[in-house]
Amino acid sequence: MTFLLESVFNGMSIGAVLLLTALGLAIVFGIMGVINLAHGELMMLGAYTTFVVQNGFRQLGEGWFDAYLLIAVPLAFGVAAGVGLLLERGVIRYLYGRPLETLLATWGVSLILQQLVRSISWQMTLQIALFCLLFFGGRWLLSKRAIAPRWQAWVRPVLLVLSVGIGLTAGFVAGGAVGLAMTKPWFGAQGVDVTAPSWLRGGVNLWGVQFPFVRLFIIALTAVCLVAIYLFLLRSQWGLRIRAVTQNRSMSACLGIPTETVDALTFALGSGLAGIAGCAISLLGSVSPNTGQNYIVEAFMVVVVGGVGKIVGSIVAALGIGFVNYVIGSGLMTRFLEPQTALFDFFEFFASTSMARVMVFILIIAFLQVRPAGLFPQKGRTVDA
Amino acid sequence: MAQQFGLGRRKFLVYGSAALGTSLLIKGCAPATQTGGGGQTPAPSGNPIKVGILHSLSGTMAISEKSVVDATQLAIEQINQAGGVLGKQIEAILEDGASDWPTFAEKATKLIDQDKVVAVFGCWTSASRKAVLPVFEAKNHMLWYPVQYEGQECSKNIFYTGAAPNQQIEPAVDWLLQNKGKKFFLVGSDYVFPRTANTIIKAQLAAKGGETVGEDYLPLGNTEVTPIITKIRNALPDGGVIFNTLNGDSNVAFFKQLQGAGLTPDKYPTMSVSIAEEEVQAIGVEYLKGHYAAWNYFMTVETPENKSFVEAFKAKFGQNRVTNDPMEAAYIAVHLWKQAVEQAGTADDLEKVRQAAIGQTFSAPEGPVKMFPNHHISKTVRIGEVGEDGLFKIVYSTPQPVDPLPWNQFVAETKGFACDWTRTDVDNPGKFKAAGA
Repeated sequence: MTFLLESVFNGMSIGAVLLLTALGLAIVFGIMGVINLAHGELMMLGAYTTFVVQNGFRQLGEGWFDAYLLIAVPLAFGVAAGVGLLLERGVIRYLYGRPLETLLATWGVSLILQQLVRSISWQMTLQIALFCLLFFGGRWLLSKRAIAPRWQAWVRPVLLVLSVGIGLTAGFVAGGAVGLAMTKPWFGAQGVDVTAPSWLRGGVNLWGVQFPFVRLFIIALTAVCLVAIYLFLLRSQWGLRIRAVTQNRSMSACLGIPTETVDALTFALGSGLAGIAGCAISLLGSVSPNTGQNYIVEAFMVVVVGGVGKIVGSIVAALGIGFVNYVIGSGLMTRFLEPQTALFDFFEFFASTSMARVMVFILIIAFLQVRPAGLFPQKGRTVDA
Repeated sequence: MAQQFGLGRRKFLVYGSAALGTSLLIKGCAPATQTGGGGQTPAPSGNPIKVGILHSLSGTMAISEKSVVDATQLAIEQINQAGGVLGKQIEAILEDGASDWPTFAEKATKLIDQDKVVAVFGCWTSASRKAVLPVFEAKNHMLWYPVQYEGQECSKNIFYTGAAPNQQIEPAVDWLLQNKGKKFFLVGSDYVFPRTANTIIKAQLAAKGGETVGEDYLPLGNTEVTPIITKIRNALPDGGVIFNTLNGDSNVAFFKQLQGAGLTPDKYPTMSVSIAEEEVQAIGVEYLKGHYAAWNYFMTVETPENKSFVEAFKAKFGQNRVTNDPMEAAYIAVHLWKQAVEQAGTADDLEKVRQAAIGQTFSAPEGPVKMFPNHHISKTVRIGEVGEDGLFKIVYSTPQPVDPLPWNQFVAETKGFACDWTRTDVDNPGKFKAAGA
């Protein structure tokens, strides 16, 4: 009994992390058909947001520190959703219906975000801010005036060179004048650590099973996110619009649904969920520029196994993969088998964390041979994803 | 479709070339090469002696290796201020290996061929050392390597100032057997150092009456340790020793979740071999308090040499900085090299320097060290317990420095082998069957 409870709980706690990381991806991939390879980096931004909030609260004192998660979760959602919105407006909206280009573009974005986090400093912030101010402000100012047609082609390049030049120079001058405080990266390449508030450290022992508080928190957070998404998609007006656009974009547009806004909103929602996932994983491990990379592959596995476009599928797939991962990796399979038999040796061989991953991959590949569209394939004629 | 971008091909070309031009302009203005060491003091006579420093200044290893660079530069600066080597100043040429092993090999070649350095101080991971090893052997050059490692290597062209396994891992296992219990669970990252280290530990436990109750390896960067914790609990229901060779970020996940699972250091003491002062700050003292680490040097070592080392380091790099074992080993390396050069009377004749290096002694912050004919140094072994302040309380220290054994004497494949670069009577002085073994 204890043993069963322990397996279910641990499998579920791995599954909850997988589900939380895959949820945003499932929405963006399932509803919009966009393969977002920068999803992991949006998680990373959520994790860094948690780190920053934690440091802020640490200044306030021990009593306040315990409350930082209450702010960190919504803020991580907000930051990731904001960056997701920028990403959608700046890049992805030009690429709808072209999966390969989206894939490459979001991969590029993921690399940019990783490097940005490694090297961002006050100097760099100043440079970027100055550049944006000069370039976009300049464009706005010039758009108010009439310019002779033969100069028009040169306006933007000249503006670009000028604003890049001024921005960079100002940054270097300021860096030289102020010194290390200006040029030192905020986070750097090395991982930083998020300390759990004191009420999340440790765990409780019930019926002989240890329940770590962090795991319970993540399971609860995942449940809350699921319920919120369910209510949003099925009960709210925007949810209705999102479902309508998913089913038939042109007809929805004819009926007056602002499809572009719906796209932006859906993408921001998926990104925001990534931010929450980042906040959750920062409680489990360290936060580094590569954080997202460690989760993205597993998140995609969950989405693919579950069946694209089905959130229920993602839930079942995440819990299933989590459970299999746990049972194989912890060597529980060998408990029921006679030692020195072929099957025992087989499971003994796979009973390590790295080998369990191999085994899970094999199982997924085998499964996709039988059901290529996943556990819960989309029914109907419109499916061509 | 292209019109949607609001950016035609012609415009794109114009922007592109403009942006490229600007970036080239900026690059041209930036300072070209960074040189460290004796920048401030004027050279007394002749050309400076050039040495290379090869570490990751970017990428995932950057912060760990950057602190080693700082310690190396501190040593060079101190030597320069005291008059240099053979009356000449040392000029350090700093190269970035970028946490990328092929880049390490490339930069090592550049330092040797282009910059004509007479010695290179550098590398951290075993992977980077294995990458540059063929370069140093092919060019018959000299590398000073400052980090504890898994042993099972002995190169004529490398001087190792970090611990060999018998100067860190083996004494730690002995200490645990005497003080903490006979049952061991081994946890490590899934790559060369932990697997080699655990092979050694298993052989040693088998020889000394301990028991390996289980082992597991986590892929580098993985944070899901729930299955490992279940395994530890099942294998050691009443408590026991965890020997930890995890590296990098996985340590954070491991210690955080270990605490959540209720495996506390009083019942499940953990011995780590790659967590030093800097990592304790990063992981969080509240997760590590009461656990153990084995090193040759801790910042809390009480020797007059360490006092002045820590003071000089803080004066140069800031009061909140900490010193650790690889930094100290890097500091030792520069001083041993300087002594060897002075004894040889030349920095350029590498063969003479190599011969002179053997037998050099130095009063290091960790205590006296001596360079052995196998190019490793004798080192004092210490075990520290993480305290409230994030520093280590030293709970054990060998009375004498331990002589280095690069070839492990517990593993069957290397048992009885020795390395001695002064021997001319054997075919391969790097690995030969010692007499009487």
